[in-house]
This record gives sequence, C-alpha cells and structure tokens, in this order.
Amino acid sequence: MSASPTAGTTGMSRRFFLAGVSAGSLVLAARISGASTLARILQDEDIDALTFEPDVFVSIAPDGIVTIVAHRSEMGTGIRTALPMVVADELGADWERVSIDQAIGDSTYGSQNTDGSRSVRRFYQRMRIAGATARTMLERAAAAQWDVEAADCVGRDHRVTHMPTGRTVAYGELVDVARELDVPEEDDLVFKPKSERKYVGTNVAIADLDGIVNGNAQFGMDIRRPNMVFAVVERSPVLGGAPTGFNADDVRSMAGIVDVVELPTFSPPHAFQALGGIAVVASSTWAALEGRKALRVTWSPSDHASYDSTSYEQSLLDAARSEGQVARTQGDAKSTLDAADASSCHEADYYVPTLAHASMEPPCAVAELTFDDDGAVTACEVWAPTQNPQAAQGQLASSLELPPDAITVHVTLLGGGFGRKSKPDFIVEAALLARDLKRPVQVVWTREDDIRHDYFHSVAACHVRAAVDDDGMPTALIQRSAFPTIGSSFNPTARYGQSFELGLGFTDMPYDVPNLQVENGPAEAHLRIGWLRSVAHIFHAFAVCSFPDELAHRAGRDPYEYLMSLLGAPRHVELPGVEYANHGEPLERYPIDVGRLRAVTERVAQHADWGRTMPRGRGLGIACHRSFLSYCANVIEVDVAPDGTVRIPNVWVSIDAGTVIHPDRVRAQMEGSAVFGASLAMYGEITATNGVVDQSNFHDYRMARIYDAPQMVHVDIVESDELPAGVGEVGVPPFAPALCNAIYAATGHRIRRLPIMHHDLSWNA
Amino acid sequence: MISLRINGEVHDLHDVDPRTPLLWVLRDTLGMTGTRYGCGMAQCGACTVHINGEAARSCVKPVGDLNDADITTIEGLSEDGNHPLQQAWKKHDVPQCGYCQAGQIMNAAALLNSIPNPTDDDIDAGMGGNICRCGTYQRIRAAIHDAAKGEVDA
Repeated sequence: MSASPTAGTTGMSRRFFLAGVSAGSLVLAARISGASTLARILQDEDIDALTFEPDVFVSIAPDGIVTIVAHRSEMGTGIRTALPMVVADELGADWERVSIDQAIGDSTYGSQNTDGSRSVRRFYQRMRIAGATARTMLERAAAAQWDVEAADCVGRDHRVTHMPTGRTVAYGELVDVARELDVPEEDDLVFKPKSERKYVGTNVAIADLDGIVNGNAQFGMDIRRPNMVFAVVERSPVLGGAPTGFNADDVRSMAGIVDVVELPTFSPPHAFQALGGIAVVASSTWAALEGRKALRVTWSPSDHASYDSTSYEQSLLDAARSEGQVARTQGDAKSTLDAADASSCHEADYYVPTLAHASMEPPCAVAELTFDDDGAVTACEVWAPTQNPQAAQGQLASSLELPPDAITVHVTLLGGGFGRKSKPDFIVEAALLARDLKRPVQVVWTREDDIRHDYFHSVAACHVRAAVDDDGMPTALIQRSAFPTIGSSFNPTARYGQSFELGLGFTDMPYDVPNLQVENGPAEAHLRIGWLRSVAHIFHAFAVCSFPDELAHRAGRDPYEYLMSLLGAPRHVELPGVEYANHGEPLERYPIDVGRLRAVTERVAQHADWGRTMPRGRGLGIACHRSFLSYCANVIEVDVAPDGTVRIPNVWVSIDAGTVIHPDRVRAQMEGSAVFGASLAMYGEITATNGVVDQSNFHDYRMARIYDAPQMVHVDIVESDELPAGVGEVGVPPFAPALCNAIYAATGHRIRRLPIMHHDLSWNA
Repeated sequence: MISLRINGEVHDLHDVDPRTPLLWVLRDTLGMTGTRYGCGMAQCGACTVHINGEAARSCVKPVGDLNDADITTIEGLSEDGNHPLQQAWKKHDVPQCGYCQAGQIMNAAALLNSIPNPTDDDIDAGMGGNICRCGTYQRIRAAIHDAAKGEVDA
C-alpha cells in the first residue's frame, strides 16, 4: 500500500484524482444510494466531462496498481485506511498494490463532512459494492477471455482464477477487456463471505504510519508553496468587535514584515465566516508573530463585553432549575413529584464548563490564487487540514465571489480535528490574504489564537430531580438542561437547544422510569459555539450517568446492580412525540436497544471485576451511554491520594459498535477517548471576563499528560454483525461521570461541577 | 551570520534574526517541517529536537545561541526511519493523528540515551512534557519499553 497526501498536482476538479491514474485504466465511479448502485466506467475522454456524482472511485491500471480514493478526512481515526480496506477486500486486491489518493473537496463524492462519527456507517456498504462491482467485471472479463462460465471465475489476491482448471490471470491484464463491459447490476453482485475477507476485521497498519514516524507526513502546517509568505491575525478579543484603528506603519517597518492588512469583520451571523481583524504578513511565522506583538489595535465595543463566566454560571443554573420547554414526556412526572414526600425526593445540579478543542495542530491553511490580466481573481486553490472540504469550498466561493468550481480544496492530514476543523473560517483568512498579497499565503493560528477564538463547546447546566420508591427506584424524574446552542452560530437570537442537541443523550435517556419529563431552558451565547467530539453528549451524559450513582448510594445499593435495574428489561426505547434525530438514521434501522446497552454494561463490570473491596482512597465507578448509534460502558478505577491528587490506574471499556472494520483503530479510539475524557473531566474549563477568554495556552488550559492520564485502558469490543455504528466520539461521554462516580466511591466526595481540579479531595489517612 | 549544524550538515543563515527560535528557522527558512509547532512556549513538546544530544524545545531556542551546537531533528534521527523507537512506534501502531509523534519520538530517544532501561515512572517523568491530544500515551509507554529491550519486530 502506498499513500499520497493529496491527489494530483495542479489543475481543476476530477482531473486531480485522475492525474494519479494512467491512461487505459479501468476506472469505476459508483454512486450508491440505498438499494441501488449506479456505476460507470470512465473512458479517458470522459474525464473532463464527468457530471456523474460518484461516492467512490476505484481504478485498476494495466500494471495492476489499484488506486482507491479516500474522500473522508484523516484526523487520527484511521478512516483513510479503513474505508479503502473495505474496497480492497471485496475487490480481492493485494493491499501491497493499493495506492490511496486523498480526494479534493467536490460534491461529486457525496458527503465528505467528516464528523458525527459516521464515515464507516455511511460508507461501509458503499465501499463493499464498489469493490464487488469492480471484481465482478474482472471475473467476467476473464470468463470472456477463456470462454468459460463467469460463475467459475473467482477474483482474489489480485488475480482471477478459473476454479475448475486452476488457470489464473492477473487483474492488470484484464483491464483492457473489463473496461468495455457493462457494469453489473447490484443484484448480480456476490459479496465475499466473512471467511474470505483478508483485511476487514484485521489490524492493517495505518496508511500514513511511515511518514508520521519519519517526520515527513504532511499536515496543513507543513504545506510550502513557492513564493509563499506567512501570516498571523490579531482578532477582536471580544466576539463582534471591529478594528477602529491600528499602527500599520510601525509594524510595516519591522524586519521581515511584508504587509499589514485589515481583514473585513464578519457580519452576523458569524457562521463559517472569517472573524476579521488585522493580519501581519511576513517572510516567516516568527517575523509575523514579532510584528503582531508590536501591533496596537483599538476595537469597537461589542455587547458581548458584558459576558462574565462566573455570573453566567449562576444564570445558567437558574435556567436549569426553572421550568423549560418540554422535549419529551411520558406519564406525569410533574404531578408525581409534586405529590411526593420531600424525604423520597432527590435532586442535583450538574455543571460542565465551556471547552476548547485544542487539537495539537492549530488551525492553519495555505491559499494560492490565480488572477487575470486585470488583476481579478479567476481561481483559488487551498491546502488545509479540513474535516469538511465542501464547506470550505462553499464558504470560499461566497467570500471570494467565485463560482464553486473555481475553488480547489486539497485536504492534508489533520493534526487532530475534534470538530474544530469542520469550520472553514481559517481557510477563508488565507484566501483573503492571498488575494490582497497576490502571492501564496499560509495563515497560522498560534495556540493562543486557537484557545481564545475557538468555536467552543457549550457550557451547560443540568438539573435532575426524582421521586423514589422504597427500593430507591425513581417513580418520577425530571431532567432539564440549559446551554448556549450551536444554532447561535447561525442565528444569534437562538436561545434554546435544538432537537438534535437534546437528542444527544438527553431526550433519548434509556432508563425505565414510568413518569419522565425532559426539558430545556434558555441560554444566550457570547462566544462562537460549535461542536466538539461527542458534542452535547458530554454534559448530558455527565448528568444522566451521575444521577443513578447518587440514587444507588442514597438507597444503599450497589451502583452497578442499581444501574442494571434502572436500565430495565431489554427493549427498544420508543420516543412517541419526540423530535429525535438519532444521528441521522431511522430508528427502525438503529433502534435505542436497551439490551445492547445492558450487555456492554454487564461485560465491563465483569472485566473490571466489579464488586471487589478496595482500600479508602481507591474506588470503582461505572457509567453506560449510547451515542452515535453505538453502546459503550466504562468502569474506572481511581486512586485519590491523601493530598487529593487523582490518579487513574485502570479504565475498562466495553463497546458495541456493530460491524467493526479495523479493531485496533477502535481500540485506539477508546484509549484516546479515555484520555480526552480525563482532560475535560480533570482540567477542562474556559472562562471569560468582560467577554475576553481568560485561558490561552497549555499552562492554563491543561491537558492530561502521560503521568496523569489513565495509565491502562482495557478495551473490550463486542463482536457483532449488526450494522456499523460510530466509534470516534463514543468513548468520551461515559468517562467523566464514571470517573466522578469512582471518586465518590473512593472518598465520599460527590463532584457535580467539573473540572475536578477545583475540588479539594484530600482526606486524613 | 549564523551557522547551524543540523543532522550533520552545516547551514549558513543570512538575514535571520538571531532571536528567531530554531523551530521557525527549521520550518520556514530551511523547509524541514517534521519538527512541529504546538504551543510556542515549551509546554507541549511537539517541537522537540536534540541539541548536543539532549532533548530541547526548539520553539524557545534562539538560533543565535546555537552556533556551535549539534542539532538533530526527526529527519536526522535515523537513516531510513529505522531507529528502534521508530520501529517500536510502528510495532505498536502508536500514532493516531500523528502530529505530535515526531516530538514524542525525539524526546523518547533522548530519554533512552540517558536512561537505557527506563521504568514506568522514568517514562512518566521523562515524557511528561509531551502532550498527545489523541491520547496515545499507553502505547508510547509500551513502545519505549520495547525499544529499550530491543523488541521491535512487528
């Protein structure tokens, strides 16, 4: 297998992909929707005129090299390896002779928006169909050549074998004939049985492994173009401020400075627009940074300057405690609670602060524009670590007033994404500067820029209240969340969570409670709000998975045994009258299956040897959560030293993600989710004063490090032939509640407000 | 003029401000992009190189101080990417996104130079300055142990 970072060299559109493919190749472009496949064989003359919208390209050259286009972005999940593995398996290709090309942004590929943990579930079957289609054509070509039955010809190991005689022919030699054949109907395809798969279900080395350990893998930050200059941008410290004056001449006179340029301030809603500000362009990143240090900008006032996260916290908690908009109701929770004795009621408020993404590679992009003789822009080419190249293409077209087909977005490797890099604002900055400078520009966000000007993960407060029976089981439960909605980035007056956000672990709460109400309260946004790995599942799961632990201890019951009772019988949770997105899938295909949630919970308890007695200061905590259509449970072992220092020696994870392509990458995602969960649980907090974010870098926005991250994450993957479901985000939601439940078991200290670092957990040994 | 010896090769730098951190000279002047920016204040280790055999954060090392130094970057750690740590990294499929890994490997190489057989505690202490946001720490620990023991065959 060989990997090239981006397909082709320069030029436009599909030719990028096809530039990597030699003339005379069998090029299969397939559009696969639901039950039907539309596939086309592209002849060399078709290439410029392709209007067909395929989901997948696979080509086989006369020399036998198979090229598979990876159309999703690689940010560490292994998707650039996993989806091509599916194609290669069905094609019967030899992985050593597969080349992976990264797609440019182009709607002809179908969705390339790499977020929502959906690459595998949306494209697994499509990749199988593409591979099987190409293999069937090669088998038919061999049959025609030998004048035998196609049914007796089997494609595998990069060749077709005639089973009765054992005669074989290499794939490359069949290309000439195969490319003249009709594309088979999908009904005629025969998929490889599990026993004949060579790659799916195995741990193939990731495509970019060599380049990563040698240092020559190319991230967005590593793109270099001839005559390129470097830029950093000073942005308004308060969202919505615009520059009213700046000392451009002082800065222009400094060594290495090429120019100082004002970028237009966005007009609300900010959505995916560049924020605006003052750019310092220089011959090196460092010269630009030095120039920016000398820059003095005055900003127009913004209403968001009133934002103070401490008083905001109180208002958010108040909103969560007050009646809100009802998102789900069954039975009569309110009357039952009103009628209940105070002694049989329990309530709690949970709070998770604003979080920043802090991917190791901050946002960055290179843009290079072409101009006509009058100096007008005719085309724009960008290289960027983007999760969503089509959104970048769309925003660039709008910001540069160019047609989309004049925009080429090359997708580099992403040094982490976590949702931040689905927003193309930083790419637009590069393009606007390249237009002004008339030369290639790389925009670099410093860590400080990244932390202060993120599309932040919403701060949230949740209030939960229950009346319980003699066994401590809830007879009625009301849960309410309040958080600034992602919708505020697109509609500044939005005050309530959207149904899809409430559907992230809140309206779909799986516990068996006869009287239940789920509500949402209002909240204003004062920062750009976006989505971060697991999104609203993070704060919803913190409440939904902490509260049962509180009820269990209140009733003097074992938290695991209590949780299983609360989950109730295996069943599909019905949500009558609830507007519920189910991560974009119908409930008939992907039900809320309590049986599967129970199963991972049982497995994780067993693996962790739940129930053992531990000395004071050590404890186990458990949580389970369905997200992105998968089922995940954690048991966390915590060790709280007498001085209050928290260590996490062991984490056990059981995950049921349905069909798994690459078990080791699922394992890696679970290991990484535990560390991501530990960072946000122990340290994650963005605060603001007078509208200005207080944190700026890793010293005050801390990450778990090798010494305080979970030491061992033991991952148990449920073997399953169910439909594939999400992986990348699934491990995060149960982590923080399981950890806080463990801390309670270890110390008796209940943590309802994150991060943990603010709590004094010391005890007398 | 500043003269830097990087991976055994001497680079004469004209018109470079001696206060410029090595990181940006490597990346922007010399085009050696394997050494990566992560924080600019020696907090994350993504920019780790070796200066006279010791791990150093290139984002805070002015090139003016490095005239007589021996500098090694990830590009020069081994001939063909075959340093025991690079092999162990592959054996354990350590990387996820990969951005921090060159810095992790460079830091681990310096650690093994000073402590050839590190304990878990040695690794935690020696690698604590390198952040991996993807969370590959447990594989990093395993890979360092294997590299130390010479058990690097996949």
